[in-house]
Amino acid sequence: MTARNFKHALFCAVITMVVAYPILGLNLVARGTRVGLEGADTSTLVAIFVAAMVVFSFQLYRDTIMAALGKIPKLPPLAGREPMPQAKRVKMESWVLTGIIVLALFWPFFVSRGSVDLATLVLIYIMLALGLNVVVGLAGLLDLGYVAFYAVGAYTFALLSQYMGISFWMALPLGALFAALFGLVLGFPVLRLRGDYLAIVTLGFGEIIRILLNNWTAVTGGPNGIGGIPEPTLFGMEFGRRVKEEGNTSFHETFGIAYSGEHKVIFLYLIALVLAVITALVIRRLMRMPVGRAWEALREDEIAARSLGLSRTAVKLSAFTIGAFFAGFAGTVFASKQGFISPESFVFLESAIILAIVVLGGMGSQLGVVLAAIAVTILPELAREFSDYRMLVFGAAMVLMMVWRPQGLMPMRRTHIELKRQE
Amino acid sequence: MLEVQNLSMRFGGLLAVDQVSLDVQEHEIVSVIGPNGAGKTTVFNCLSGFYKPTGGTIVFKGQEVQGKPDYKISRLGMVRTFQHVRLFNQMSVVENLLVAQHRHLNTNLLSGLIKTPNYREREQKSLDRAAYWLDRVGLLDLANRDAGNLAYGQQRRLEIARCMVTEPKLLMLDEPAAGLNPAETKDLNQLIVSLKEDYHVSVLLIEHDMSLVMDISDRITVINQGRPLAKGTPGEIRQNDDVIKAYLGEA
Repeated sequence: MTARNFKHALFCAVITMVVAYPILGLNLVARGTRVGLEGADTSTLVAIFVAAMVVFSFQLYRDTIMAALGKIPKLPPLAGREPMPQAKRVKMESWVLTGIIVLALFWPFFVSRGSVDLATLVLIYIMLALGLNVVVGLAGLLDLGYVAFYAVGAYTFALLSQYMGISFWMALPLGALFAALFGLVLGFPVLRLRGDYLAIVTLGFGEIIRILLNNWTAVTGGPNGIGGIPEPTLFGMEFGRRVKEEGNTSFHETFGIAYSGEHKVIFLYLIALVLAVITALVIRRLMRMPVGRAWEALREDEIAARSLGLSRTAVKLSAFTIGAFFAGFAGTVFASKQGFISPESFVFLESAIILAIVVLGGMGSQLGVVLAAIAVTILPELAREFSDYRMLVFGAAMVLMMVWRPQGLMPMRRTHIELKRQE
Repeated sequence: MLEVQNLSMRFGGLLAVDQVSLDVQEHEIVSVIGPNGAGKTTVFNCLSGFYKPTGGTIVFKGQEVQGKPDYKISRLGMVRTFQHVRLFNQMSVVENLLVAQHRHLNTNLLSGLIKTPNYREREQKSLDRAAYWLDRVGLLDLANRDAGNLAYGQQRRLEIARCMVTEPKLLMLDEPAAGLNPAETKDLNQLIVSLKEDYHVSVLLIEHDMSLVMDISDRITVINQGRPLAKGTPGEIRQNDDVIKAYLGEA
């Protein structure tokens, strides 16, 4: 036992050194036009050695340490408490949620412009994650190219406004519908695929869209992107200092208040908030409708679902289409918020982050996904000083989550369905 | 109601089902028996559309169904259970029954989103039907449990209830008694007979439990190594020398 532990610990320590030394202990330095290699200073080497020793001693006494950790009392003893009556809990939840939404409506008037801007981004991610939640969390279709639909939504707005002068409010449904159409088109070839195979094809699809946008220079402007995307208007009132379009008035003149750049930011935030709430409500409703149950049935057992007369084609396509629809929504808002888009905004990393939000939040759980979207978007902003280690922290958080809460922050809870007793 | 003629299923060089014919009339329980690997489940898979049979015809209610996709066959009123229970494990018991009723619900997305009165009415109906069948198989108190957490016998009953809410004409049960204890088997026996008597459903049954088969079947088809061996009433099958040699006698 001890001998084995010792061997294992030694092995781990050596691995630590082997991995850490080339990464931390060797530095590239510029010597004139050439690049040279230089050893790091002693303190780094000592640090690597200390790290290896820590790994060594942890592995050596692992059993003892883990046993001691196990003795720490579990956090809230939930099991002992009587669960709240169903009706009461549902009522309370809806009150709390309404309260939060009302708070969110007034919040931007009291905080800085930067925070509101960030909050808009959070809301866009919430929309995206809720949409992907339909595809991955409910229907169980692993989609790694979700960002493609986001891009379709954003580019639909950008191109329509550039070539046809269409406004935000016209582009919003068009962008969403266009993205939904792309979801449908992608759905057909992947009908027979599941799991890993599906993931690879969707990954490819996401890249195709991005590369197409990048190379179709004549239309999309290629890597230069598209600028000058109009901001949303409020009943024909623009939020800029000067009115850009004939027939429109400007917001600050209509109301006789001084011009402020904040108006525009807050207005965009409110639009994003309303859209995110609509997204959440619609998907929540869909989940309780036959189509939502069909998605879950397909995830649980495709063969049984088919044996009950569910058409795999219809169920899968509806999941892809509806998921893509909301990505299109988010894309349109994003394009309007940035005023400029380029293929750079729609790289694979975005898909990965949205997927991470869904997994972190708990597959299928709307509240969990919203919380995770907030956490994943805001934490990197709060920890700006550590931006070099952002991905490291992100990865570590994912690993820890998988160890301690593999089902996500707030795993999906089944709705309680009250049945009438038969007489 | 169901007429199967010269059904064949070939997997490459293996002829798993060879010229099997059987028929099920209205209001009848027909059993398919045979030793392990005789091709009984393959017959089921052909009938329910999971496999495309390589030969023969399947006529259900005057309609040729061989080669049709499984979900279409199921919608015609021919619904099956599985040898290994296949429930939607992470969904609640009642949700399992609601999924099965999607056809009876208005599938129009918009009417569901805004909850039209018509939609509400249909939804209530499907809830009532689910409650009725849960009560019938004794699972009403467990309606909001996850289906995967039920005991094995309960899962078996839920699977049958899930078929019944689709209001089938023909119920195909693949070894429904597998893994049940004698008391549960007796309950199952009564349930199947009542499905026939009270709900006018025909039953096509694959089963190894001879006491169950002999008890409730109106007619029996015996298959051995993919080929039909004998047909007849339980009494005739019991006396048939070939059957005794191939199957009953070995035990």
